[in-house]
Amino acid sequence: MKTGAKILVESLQREGVEILFGYPGGVVLPIYDELYESPLKHILVRHEQAAAHAADGYARASGRVGVCLATSGPGACNLVTGIATAYMDSAPIVALTGQVPTSLLGNDAFQESDITGITMPITKHNYLVKSTADLSRVIQEAFYIAGTGRPGPVLVDIPKDVSTGLAKDIPLPEKVTLRGYNPTYKGHKRQIDKAVELIGHAERPLIYAGGGVISSNASAELIQLATSCGIPVTTTLMGIGCIPCDHPLNLGMLGMHGTEYANFAVTESDLLLAIGVRFDDRVTGKIDTFAPHAKIVHIDIDPAEIGKNKRVDIPIVGDVKAVLQDMLASLKKSTMYEPWLKKIRHWRQHHPLRIKDDGRLHPQQIVRALSDLVKGEAVIVSEVGQNQMWTAQYFCFHHPRSWITSGGLGTMGYGFPAAMGAHFARPDVPVFDIAGDGSIQMNIQEMSTVSANKIPVKVAILNNMYLGMVRQWQELFFDRRYSYTELPSVDFVKIANAYGIEGMRVESPDEVLPALKASLDCDGPFVMDFRIEREENVFPMVPTGAAINEMIGGHPRS
Amino acid sequence: MKPHTLSVLVENRPGVLSRVTGLFSRRGFNIESLAVGTCEEPDMSRITIVVIGDDAKIEQVMKQLHKLIDVIKVSDLTENERVERELALIKVNAEPGTSRAEIMQIASIFRAQIIDVGSKSVILQVIGDTQKIDALEKLLRQYGVKELVRTGRIGILRGTKMVKSEK
Ligand SMILES: Cc1ncc(C[n+]2csc(CCOP(=O)(O)OP(=O)(O)O)c2C)c(N)n1
Ligand SMILES: [Mg+2]
Repeated sequence: MKTGAKILVESLQREGVEILFGYPGGVVLPIYDELYESPLKHILVRHEQAAAHAADGYARASGRVGVCLATSGPGACNLVTGIATAYMDSAPIVALTGQVPTSLLGNDAFQESDITGITMPITKHNYLVKSTADLSRVIQEAFYIAGTGRPGPVLVDIPKDVSTGLAKDIPLPEKVTLRGYNPTYKGHKRQIDKAVELIGHAERPLIYAGGGVISSNASAELIQLATSCGIPVTTTLMGIGCIPCDHPLNLGMLGMHGTEYANFAVTESDLLLAIGVRFDDRVTGKIDTFAPHAKIVHIDIDPAEIGKNKRVDIPIVGDVKAVLQDMLASLKKSTMYEPWLKKIRHWRQHHPLRIKDDGRLHPQQIVRALSDLVKGEAVIVSEVGQNQMWTAQYFCFHHPRSWITSGGLGTMGYGFPAAMGAHFARPDVPVFDIAGDGSIQMNIQEMSTVSANKIPVKVAILNNMYLGMVRQWQELFFDRRYSYTELPSVDFVKIANAYGIEGMRVESPDEVLPALKASLDCDGPFVMDFRIEREENVFPMVPTGAAINEMIGGHPRS
Repeated sequence: MKPHTLSVLVENRPGVLSRVTGLFSRRGFNIESLAVGTCEEPDMSRITIVVIGDDAKIEQVMKQLHKLIDVIKVSDLTENERVERELALIKVNAEPGTSRAEIMQIASIFRAQIIDVGSKSVILQVIGDTQKIDALEKLLRQYGVKELVRTGRIGILRGTKMVKSEK
């Protein structure tokens, strides 16, 4: 007989977990006691939200399931934003929470909250474990559900008496089978043939690739599809990295802050291959005018995403990698779309992303300098706002899973803890959090975590002393009425120093490279406070409700 | 836009109903009628849900339901030959010596049963589809309907077709 806590820890090891991020409390004491001498690595965060984001960052950087642990009530509730963030971006995490003993459930006991009820809409599935004997099976199922099909967060709520109770080891199956959960991996042959045929007949095809390509580890197949036929590719915010930024067929990001040429290409395309995407409103703008001339092929593992926002011509339900492999097998390589590519080259030439060089400190320069310095060999995490969009636009990503950002939920405060998690997935490369001065203060307490654990995350704060993205909207659409978006100057270097972290303030363009190099030379964490042009905007931009080819802040249409 | 009767086979576990209804409210689908009960498999339950919507909406409802891990099978009965029933209990004003006879007559036309007779009222039990029950209710209104209780609609396919889990 073993205690539930021991069974839990053994189950985590069985699932190959090497690290978890957590924060203790009353009802998880038995679990923490078991962790005390366990080979599992545990990182003590300073706020449970950070534990969830760290697990998520670990998951996205590694492709494996990330794990976080919190106590009942307030601890569990603090995970909620992190779980919702993972849910919106389909990141596989398992969130473990303590719960009051089963005898007290439903009694408003001390630190009781109905966390399975609360997280029902933001988890792929969740469990309230009622008996110690169920625990090992539930943990196995939780990891299976989180990591397969369309990945997502799974929460397991463990009452205190379940972790102290005793149960025998029960034999677990090699493979989990759940009769209500059977993801489709292989695409329908006839549909795939139809898609291949459309490619053969198209004149202006375009690949619109998203996070599904990354989570299905299908970059190689995607690039092969693009290059073997010469089809240009635009990626969503979540799809960045699935094709190298400097690949001649890569048009960069589409949508609200996409490149002009990507958005023009969508609007003029006659065949849109939508791969691992969900036609999010930030991508499509006004949905009726999105790809108005195109036949649409939509490949996704989640059937509910197909036809949800936009009617498609050829739906293909399946794992992106498997479907692309099947497509490649029947694709004829001869097709070329030279006139179309020429048109796109023309747009690209006349509508490039711009970087100002006027002696002042612009965020785009900083991102580009970092990009040139690390040459793609780093994991770049961002916060939310202008900092996020500048990074997405100006950093040159070479690899999948090297760009980690909260896309669907847009969670300020995500980046820093997610970067901590990413470090444990990729200790071999530097990890940067490109932050805003607003966002970094949403989880700034984690400076203590990175300091204590010598987690070498480099934080680059693009400090505009504004909630910049909101200010930009106020400037453009609310008559420059900057209602509650100005932030006072904060000395982030001093804050970092107080936590025992080195830092540097940067005020002019010539200090940028030395600071970035200093951060790389530093063994531990490092904070850079870049005092950027305060009212810099993210352009180009599609105003809400407009068609995506109607961008502002771009170049005059040639 | 027409009503669709969905037959949903689910794991018989605590919380399943709230997963299903939570999904409806959060995605803005309206439930017209809901009925839950055990079924031929001891570890499963069957939920019958009536939803109104165009084809795209119904498709989305079904796909979202299917994503729930505890949902084993979702079928739209509407496209098939089927039988659908609801049951209603109606307490009607019936002072002695007044309209009782008429009420009894109406009841027999609708094949409703009088299941309780009180000094001032009678209780009718009627089984049928929505229209039939609506029609009866309308007729009884003139006598004074004191209380009306209706179950959700349940449905089953005719013939050999069935809504069952694959294995
Ligand atoms: C938790 C949270 N609260 C509010 C918002 C709304 N919001 C989006 S961007 C933004 C401003 C972010 O400011 P900062 O981190 O300084 O980044 P900047 O845009 O200045 O680069 C806000 C408030 C959000 N995305 N997340
Ligand atoms: Mg800012």
